[in-house]
Amino acid sequence: MADLADKVVAGARTRPDGKVKVTGGFAVSSDLHMEDMLWGATLRSPHASARIVSIDVSKAELVPGIVAVMTSKDLPAKPTYGLLHADQPVLASDVVRFEGDPVAIVAGENLEACRRALRAIEVIYEVLDPVTDPELAEISPPVHPDGNLFRRVVITSGDPEIQGEIIVEGVYEVGMQDQAFLGPESGLAVPDGKGGIDLYVATQGPHQDHRQLAPCLGLEPEAVRVQVAGVGGAFGGREDFSVHPHACILALKTNRPVKMSYLRNESFVGHLHRHPARMRFRHHATRAGDLVKVEAQILLDGGAYASTSAFVASNAARFACGPYKVPNAHVVATCVRTNNHPCGAMRGFGAVQACFGHESQMDKLAAALDMDPLQLRLRNAMQTGDRLPTGQVVHVPAPVRECLEAAAAFPLPPTAVDNQDGYGLPGGAGRTADPSRVRRGVGFAVGFKNIAYAEGYNDDTRARCLLHQGRATITCAVAELGQGFVTISRQIAKAILGVDEIDLAPASTGLIGSAGSSAASRQTYMSGAAVERVCHEVAARAKQSFAQQHSIDPESLLVDGGFIVSKDGSIRIPIAHACPEPIEVEVYHMHPPTAPMDERTGQGDTDVSWLFGAQRAVVDVDLDLGLVRVVQITTGQDVGRALNPVSVVGQIEGGISQGMGLAVMEEVISVNGLVKNPSFTDYLIPTFADMPPVEVSFIEEPEAGAPFGAKGVGETPSLASTAAVAAAIRAATGLDLPRVPIRPEDIVFAASAKPLSAPQFT
Amino acid sequence: MDEQISFTLNVNGHKHEIQSAWLGESLLFVLRERLNLWGTKNACEQGECGSCSVLIDGRLCCSCLEMAAAAVGTDILTIEGLAPNGDLSDIQEAFVEEGGVQCGFCTPGMVVAVHDLLEANPSPSSLEIREALSGNLCRCTGYGRIEAAVRRVVEARHG
Ligand code: FES
Ligand code: FES
Repeated sequence: MADLADKVVAGARTRPDGKVKVTGGFAVSSDLHMEDMLWGATLRSPHASARIVSIDVSKAELVPGIVAVMTSKDLPAKPTYGLLHADQPVLASDVVRFEGDPVAIVAGENLEACRRALRAIEVIYEVLDPVTDPELAEISPPVHPDGNLFRRVVITSGDPEIQGEIIVEGVYEVGMQDQAFLGPESGLAVPDGKGGIDLYVATQGPHQDHRQLAPCLGLEPEAVRVQVAGVGGAFGGREDFSVHPHACILALKTNRPVKMSYLRNESFVGHLHRHPARMRFRHHATRAGDLVKVEAQILLDGGAYASTSAFVASNAARFACGPYKVPNAHVVATCVRTNNHPCGAMRGFGAVQACFGHESQMDKLAAALDMDPLQLRLRNAMQTGDRLPTGQVVHVPAPVRECLEAAAAFPLPPTAVDNQDGYGLPGGAGRTADPSRVRRGVGFAVGFKNIAYAEGYNDDTRARCLLHQGRATITCAVAELGQGFVTISRQIAKAILGVDEIDLAPASTGLIGSAGSSAASRQTYMSGAAVERVCHEVAARAKQSFAQQHSIDPESLLVDGGFIVSKDGSIRIPIAHACPEPIEVEVYHMHPPTAPMDERTGQGDTDVSWLFGAQRAVVDVDLDLGLVRVVQITTGQDVGRALNPVSVVGQIEGGISQGMGLAVMEEVISVNGLVKNPSFTDYLIPTFADMPPVEVSFIEEPEAGAPFGAKGVGETPSLASTAAVAAAIRAATGLDLPRVPIRPEDIVFAASAKPLSAPQFT
Repeated sequence: MDEQISFTLNVNGHKHEIQSAWLGESLLFVLRERLNLWGTKNACEQGECGSCSVLIDGRLCCSCLEMAAAAVGTDILTIEGLAPNGDLSDIQEAFVEEGGVQCGFCTPGMVVAVHDLLEANPSPSSLEIREALSGNLCRCTGYGRIEAAVRRVVEARHG
């Protein structure tokens, strides 16, 4: 097996879609078009909370080029949807619960006509006081009939009364981050002429879309097909519906293809964000620096609708203590409903917020102990065999120490060597910083999170392989978001079957059952394993067939890296040519079962496996202007085995840039539930000039049960980057800086900063 | 929408008649919706992301900020014009080889911007690369592999 893994790695190739992407020929969902298609557009609530008194669409219907105008009255079937439970209206009927709740949809011959029609719809609202403070949500009037509490997760382990010799307490806050993928939410819905519909859409999970969509359309599941169109990045933001039901409903109504595509300002309300968090931590340790107990209260603002909030809360709770040996813990994570924008999945899923909290605390504890922060982390680092606060034993490689040591091993960058023309100073080419007032700081952070779905959630995938005339066709409904499943699946098939011609069928609900979502770092681990298994099965059948054709005892034959060989060495024939008939096999794959948590104590074997990653950040800070320049980030990443090293590095650098963004610039700013910066002018993401060099060390401890030992890498780099950059800024400035993103004013006016608020310990 | 005009644009060396356009249509809109040149992308339509980058008379522009009607008489080069025969340019080749492409949404604009950078500055320093490409956002890669692609081209061109 080790040989085969080497073969997979040796066969690492460039992206099969690379050529079409660099020449502009790759159609992302917003490029889809048909001759006779209509455009669709959405009218959304301008209020965070309001009662709809009346909607008058009569003028909109008269706009030239408009073919359909629809409100909640015109919905064909189930009026709500949601990933875990259906609490989100397809179109608002009586009330709107956030700025952006859809109220009406239109279809027209061109986009301009649609926009005119939206302006012509008259909605009378009775504006209500929105619930926007998550700390008051549970005692406020219900925002939704389901109430304002999505979930409270409690984890208690060990002795709740025990106290440490050293105790540090902190309150921390994480602002709302946006996935900010570049490709607009978009899709094309095409009626099939038989009452059914095909939706081509940018999505992370066509089957989970399909499951929610058919009931909303009032169609049998077979009459609805969802196919993944070219996806321009996702990062969690395409787990939930965007254009899906609207485009389909308009297409069914008009019996014409309907395309919808959001502009950037609509994108900021058209998908869910990362949950903002308020957190209170109390860490207890011995004088020697061993963790004794962690107490945590984490409050997440889920916004108006449920989405995956219940699982985000669980993740925040399960990973609140960090990848450390923590013998006693009491953690409470609560996710509430408000009239703020709904939040859902984003890369790192609850563990990012928790990591900012526990890592800030580790630095505070190190200071209280007068100990080196890295040494404190190493001293407490979790290992294989340790028990988590959920009671689950970490049974897989847990290279926490190795990740930290690898991040620390890279040489520190020299000071100010690239400051030619001031470009390398904080503030960049603006040259506003005074070099004498620039301070350097170094910070560490380490984090962890689960791979795949947890808490007993049914997590499965399937893959089919057809081998015929030297060509393999793999069908597996994985959404390719840019992460490279198209590359890795071919690498695996090539190593096992030895064929060069490998096609990947479109990811469509019409072709095969679910592969699950491209989320939770799970697709290499899950669907990679399914592809591995199906290819082995095809090879075994080819061997069987070859033995039969030539009347050889199949026991005398072996499959070896693309060949069927006899044990005596006299036969060696490529698998591709061993069988004249087509061979087709489908496998179903599931990871070992996980268990729900005990409601009261949070105990349970909830996870199948974990990812670990550590970062060291080096920053320069201008003390007078509060400008920060991230100079270098180094990282040790637990990857199990890097099957395609270039794409693993790409995942790591991309994840680090998003983590750094949350540390210093990215925040969806919401005032009374209204977002103030829904554009790339005002919501800043790291540019080429902001991004420092990244040095990467893979920690490769192949994991049993993972395909060729490879774990997922999608989320690992995001976990600790934010915390590491924040730690470095604190080291440079000596300030507390308990909130991210750290804005210039947080540094310059730190002395007059308002204290943060977070729930008290219970 | 009320004032309609017709004009001719010179795109990738070919003349295209644009019939009955609204005067205010952006070059991005015309390239995509009227000429079906979908390689030029649209992440923001307000000049912030660079995914709509094209060259107008050799000048790097955000096509979302240019009025199509004002580009009459210029030579417009889009991503589709950079590898007209299907052969990849050395820049495009390097993006693929170095892993500079993930979702690929930023890629056409980024390739056009790199093309422009290396025309003006055949051997840019790391800082010059970062500065020149800082108007092209990429959310997937963190830019590291894109910088590696640019270096690869620079090294190859200098033998
Ligand atoms: S679409 Fe033109 S700069 Fe973003
Ligand atoms: S590769 Fe996705 S935005 Fe650059």
